[in-house]
Amino acid sequence: MSALPETSSTAHLVTVESPVKRFFRATEIDTRLLGMVGALILIWVGFQVFGQIITGEGVFMTSRNLWNLLVQTSAIAVMSTGMVLIIVMRHIDLSVGSVLSFIGVVTGVAQVYWLAPWLGSDSSIIWIIGVVVALGTGAVLGAFNGFLVAYAGIPSFIVTLGGLIVYNGAAWWVIRGETVAPMDANFELIGGTPSGSWIGGTASWVLGAVICLAIVVGIFSNRSARARFKFPQRPIWAEVFLVVLGFVVTLGTVWVVNSYPWPTKVAENYAADHNITLPPGGADDLNFVHGFAFPVLIALAVGVIMTFIATRTRFGRYVYAIGGNPEAAELAGVNTKLITLLMFMVMGILAGVSACITAARLDAASNSLGQFDELYVIAATVIGGTSLAGGVGTIYGAMLGALVMQSLQSGMTLLNFDSAVKDVIVGSVLVFAVWIDQIYRRRQA
Amino acid sequence: MDAATPAPLVEMRDVSIAFGGIKAVDHASIDLHPGEVVGLLGHNGAGKSTLIKVLSGAYKRDGGEILINGEEAHIANPRDAKRYGIETIYQTLALADNVDAAANLFLGRELRTRWGTLDDVAMEAQARSVMGRLNPNFRRFKDPVKSLSGGQRQSVAIARAIHFNARILIMDEPTAALGPQETKQVGDLIIQLKAEGIGIFLISHDIHDVFDLADRVAVMKNGRVVGTGPVTAMTKDEVLGMIILGKCPPGATPGPGAMAA
Repeated sequence: MSALPETSSTAHLVTVESPVKRFFRATEIDTRLLGMVGALILIWVGFQVFGQIITGEGVFMTSRNLWNLLVQTSAIAVMSTGMVLIIVMRHIDLSVGSVLSFIGVVTGVAQVYWLAPWLGSDSSIIWIIGVVVALGTGAVLGAFNGFLVAYAGIPSFIVTLGGLIVYNGAAWWVIRGETVAPMDANFELIGGTPSGSWIGGTASWVLGAVICLAIVVGIFSNRSARARFKFPQRPIWAEVFLVVLGFVVTLGTVWVVNSYPWPTKVAENYAADHNITLPPGGADDLNFVHGFAFPVLIALAVGVIMTFIATRTRFGRYVYAIGGNPEAAELAGVNTKLITLLMFMVMGILAGVSACITAARLDAASNSLGQFDELYVIAATVIGGTSLAGGVGTIYGAMLGALVMQSLQSGMTLLNFDSAVKDVIVGSVLVFAVWIDQIYRRRQA
Repeated sequence: MDAATPAPLVEMRDVSIAFGGIKAVDHASIDLHPGEVVGLLGHNGAGKSTLIKVLSGAYKRDGGEILINGEEAHIANPRDAKRYGIETIYQTLALADNVDAAANLFLGRELRTRWGTLDDVAMEAQARSVMGRLNPNFRRFKDPVKSLSGGQRQSVAIARAIHFNARILIMDEPTAALGPQETKQVGDLIIQLKAEGIGIFLISHDIHDVFDLADRVAVMKNGRVVGTGPVTAMTKDEVLGMIILGKCPPGATPGPGAMAA
């Protein structure tokens, strides 16, 4: 009960604490996150330099590649936000790849074989129904997984391993191995491939400004709430630093996606369609830029929503409490079974979101969609600092982990690595990253 | 307790529970009055913790009934028990190690803002006030409970039990992780709570603790109650005899577990 030694040891700490330590404590920046950002920069610079040496032209850190990188990361990043919470609860979901494939096939069949003949292929509500079907199917499959885990008491590893096989077969069974294409024209925009599936330069700057404003408002409201109860505050310099950091990351990202111009052909077609006279220098001088692509915006929105659910709602609090000590959560009156079921349902819905992105991006649905995605999602989550022992993990970490994984993959693709070599390297990096993390954690403890 | 006393706060009648054929608790009856401390004694595996876990809703009983204020109570899970004002401090503390003190204090009963989101600031404020009462030196409100000392963790568990106006408090080995000074603080707390009219079940295998704090003791052996009686009517040796041999002394009312005389 009495904690006299604590105060004295705290006082002791303050006197000997190094400026670096004080900086991280005051800003509350996760040093592991910093390590991951460092790794990411290392990978980017590494591929750039390597490309320069091997091919004479470093293309990794071009706006075009980074823009593509973000689009390619979206589907895995979306699912990783759910996988974090599943793993935090001491469960696993091995079925997300197969579920994605099954959902992709179902929504593809719904759009192409049922809705288009029924509503006419130029109907503007096909894509909405297609998305609802995808999310609904995800919710049902996820809830079923969750029911088997929570109420039937079957280990999640087994339930979802079974699911991996079952939905893989089911996806094939629905379309007999065929490929359904093309998807609805509006639905395609979700994937970020065709013209019109990005928001352009101005809207991207506006969005960047809104995010910056949100950062400032967030920090101010937190300060005023703490002031109301006379709680200790972060030092002003730390707050300023966080605001500046937030601005740099946000506006830097906007700058990158806004530096990627439209392909000449696309710009020419657009000019012709909209009666814009081409400037003397050709379509490139119109300065049309991509800005954020829809799948990236979807992933960002999912990240914000899932972070909100994880940190600001009772549901999220219970997910973490169950992960920390399932028995304690039960004894505290938490309905752990219901929370487990709901969490798997959320995971299913997220697989539905990713299924839309993936199918739209390929403009086709087949049963090979999402193959091995479960492994990439779990790898991204673990690289993002989620402990498989449960209780620990963050949404932003997992999304960054997804970006690290995708950076490795596309970096090696740019350098024409053999796909077998790619697999060997990606797998090794996963194990290596977790090993480094273990060492770091042991040092901290 | 004299005859004019109204219905007891808690009365457990003929409660039984078995795990895979082993009768962990066998027709145990026990009662508790407002402002009273009842010590529950017995060896490891005697069934004390199991019996109180039936009351706190952690286990579902196979037979018998529980009466709260003379009326039959339906306790099937911990949520039900809390609705009857039953709070428990478990021997294992039952804390979620990865979240902070306030999150543990309010686990299952979170305060929310008018938008339905967690009101972390308000919870931290209340946590600071209740912890200030129990453990004035406690400062680490932002750290996960895992990084706290044994005594600090214990005070979080105690704070959680007393913060929600408990009428019935179950303390399972509350001082097991504590040093002498902290143990004394728990003792003072028990006396204070007793004065507020709260009924307390104190589970311990340390009979000195129990003799200092309890009004009555109940002794269990092999899942059965050996006997119950006021501490003033028994010596420590007699209580030890109950624990070890199951021999009920004249000062106590014998239960089904009493050795045939």
